[in-house]
Amino acid sequence: MSLAVKAQADGLVAHGVSTCAGCGLELAIRVVVNELGPQTVIVIPPGCAALFSGFGRETVLKIPGIQGNLGNTAAYAAGIRAGLEVQGREGITVLCFAGDGATVDIGLQSLSGALERGDRILYVCYDNEAYMNTGIQGSASTPAGAWTTTTPAGKSAGRKDMIRIAAAHGIPYVAAASVGYVPDLRRKIRAARDAAGPAYVHIHAPCPVGWRFDPSRTVDVARLAVQTRAWVLCEVVDGAAKLNMPVRKPRPVAEYLRWQGRFREMGEAETAAFGEAVEKAYRGLLTALGITD
Amino acid sequence: MLDGNEAVAFALRLARVRVIATYPITPQSPIAEKLADYVADGSLPARYIRVESEHSALAAAIGAQLTGVRAATATSSVGLALMHEVLGVASGCRIPLVMPVVNRSLVSPWSLWCDHQDAMSVRDAGWLQFYAGDNQEVLDWSLMAYRVAEDPRVWLPAMVCLDGFFLSHAGAVVLVPDPEEVDAFLPPYRSRNLRLDPADPMFVNDLTPPAEFTEMRYQQQLAMENAPAVLDEAAGEFARLFGRCCHAVEGYALEDAEAVVVTMGSMSGTARYVVDEMRAGGRRVGAVQVRVFRPFPGAALRRLLAGRPAVGVVDRSAGMGAEGGPLWTEVRCALAGVPDAPVPAGFVAGLGGRDIPPATLEKVFDRLLAGEPANNVWIDVGENPLGLREVTL
Repeated sequence: MSLAVKAQADGLVAHGVSTCAGCGLELAIRVVVNELGPQTVIVIPPGCAALFSGFGRETVLKIPGIQGNLGNTAAYAAGIRAGLEVQGREGITVLCFAGDGATVDIGLQSLSGALERGDRILYVCYDNEAYMNTGIQGSASTPAGAWTTTTPAGKSAGRKDMIRIAAAHGIPYVAAASVGYVPDLRRKIRAARDAAGPAYVHIHAPCPVGWRFDPSRTVDVARLAVQTRAWVLCEVVDGAAKLNMPVRKPRPVAEYLRWQGRFREMGEAETAAFGEAVEKAYRGLLTALGITD
Repeated sequence: MLDGNEAVAFALRLARVRVIATYPITPQSPIAEKLADYVADGSLPARYIRVESEHSALAAAIGAQLTGVRAATATSSVGLALMHEVLGVASGCRIPLVMPVVNRSLVSPWSLWCDHQDAMSVRDAGWLQFYAGDNQEVLDWSLMAYRVAEDPRVWLPAMVCLDGFFLSHAGAVVLVPDPEEVDAFLPPYRSRNLRLDPADPMFVNDLTPPAEFTEMRYQQQLAMENAPAVLDEAAGEFARLFGRCCHAVEGYALEDAEAVVVTMGSMSGTARYVVDEMRAGGRRVGAVQVRVFRPFPGAALRRLLAGRPAVGVVDRSAGMGAEGGPLWTEVRCALAGVPDAPVPAGFVAGLGGRDIPPATLEKVFDRLLAGEPANNVWIDVGENPLGLREVTL
């Protein structure tokens, strides 16, 4: 069968992908894949990123890949790495590109296994803080108070801190990044690629559809998350942690929340509670990673 | 002397698997241990991935094989159940993995012991399924499995099923071929279909629309339909190289038999023993062993069973809510409409590790010879089964 190339892409990710307008994940995957280059094999679970796997006879990526199951992305990657290793094939990055549901919920066991074994994989979680592809259902990464279709009155529990969880495995590289700060993201992807073992990069990727904000504001929302400390840019390199963008004077969380319809039902008390939770998580992260503010 | 698990491990080493991903589960664990030993002592140059679940085990094996090497895993029971969604990736992506399944019942109640419900519950997952009758068959059919699965006319994954404990942990004399002989039977693996290689990028297993899904499935169905001829060719080659036969079904003392039992797995040897004993007593009985369940060898069974006055099928798994066990259902279907074929009687026996001694199969023969119709008869159920853990309200 001959393949028809409909439009030649700049880089390794084609144009015209059917992601929603303002998709944070689209920005993330373009940056990640292009930074890594053609010597990359990608594993994508079902989810929003599977739009890049393709549909039928069409694909979006110029690198080889497999769409696995929702809960075993890291295991496919571990097998691919082992297969390449026994054939003496070096210089290839084995990349996992999974959403928060596939990472912090159903895929956590598989990811933890690969990190514990020291498999040389680069695991990227794009975090849009809910199951967006199935219709905005809450995940373990959905923040407290947020509306989703399965938390209609606002989520009561807070979110798992994947940075601490990943770092607790003692792997050589862990980083938190954001689509709001692309140069920082690029640098972290390069560092993760060159790590001498498993690397984990968690990218905050706002979703205009699920978070209910204007799709032209994705980068603004991502930056506000960082500037309010609702998302913390940091990295742990061989156990040594640091903040990449210290936020000495955080902006009030209300500035972050008011952009987003998913927090619309929150009153003053809930907003204050959100701010306290953000501060508590921030302090907890710094303490756990041994960072002095 | 090798037990069934050792026979499996020998076979995988002879197949020169390069990546192994296993998770321990009774009674499969010795396979995981032996393969780890082979990698540690250098007798098998392979990468061993100590995965954290069976779900990951199969995913890792698929990922590895997609880079162009033979990859291996093995499982049992709930481990196979946990793999369920991943089984479809292997078959749908046409990855010719070979996976030993050490048959053990499924929960509940918990049981560590043999029946076939684990493999039967995934019989439509698109995998070839072979059931060994003894430890020699475990080894032989493992090698056969690679040969058939990797044939371009087939390209389907294969389960080699062996009865937990009855085979996996029982020693028997097994003839082990030399590695060079096996190399002549199994050429080095080449991934000629799907592969993950930056030098030739392709995306595997993306979303497929209704306009194409049926055709993709149909390709798998045609592969199943191609498999019997490929099996026959492989069996011929196997016999030439190793001097042993590997038939999908095999009849025993069928000439003039008035009653025939159809079996799978380790009870098949018992059936032949019972046939000998009963024939010594002047009763005309015979046996048929089914070694290939997927694709189901209906044509071969019709040849063996048409014209027999009475046929009984013994299932080692319960077809819960069905008219009978899964093997009986298939045999019944295979014989339907054949002018001189009997309606097979259906029996269930040997669940959750219950032995199938000669006496159980004698009861089956007795009922067949008496001409008693039998439909889904649990032949070895105990007295007063409802009294077991009875709750009085």
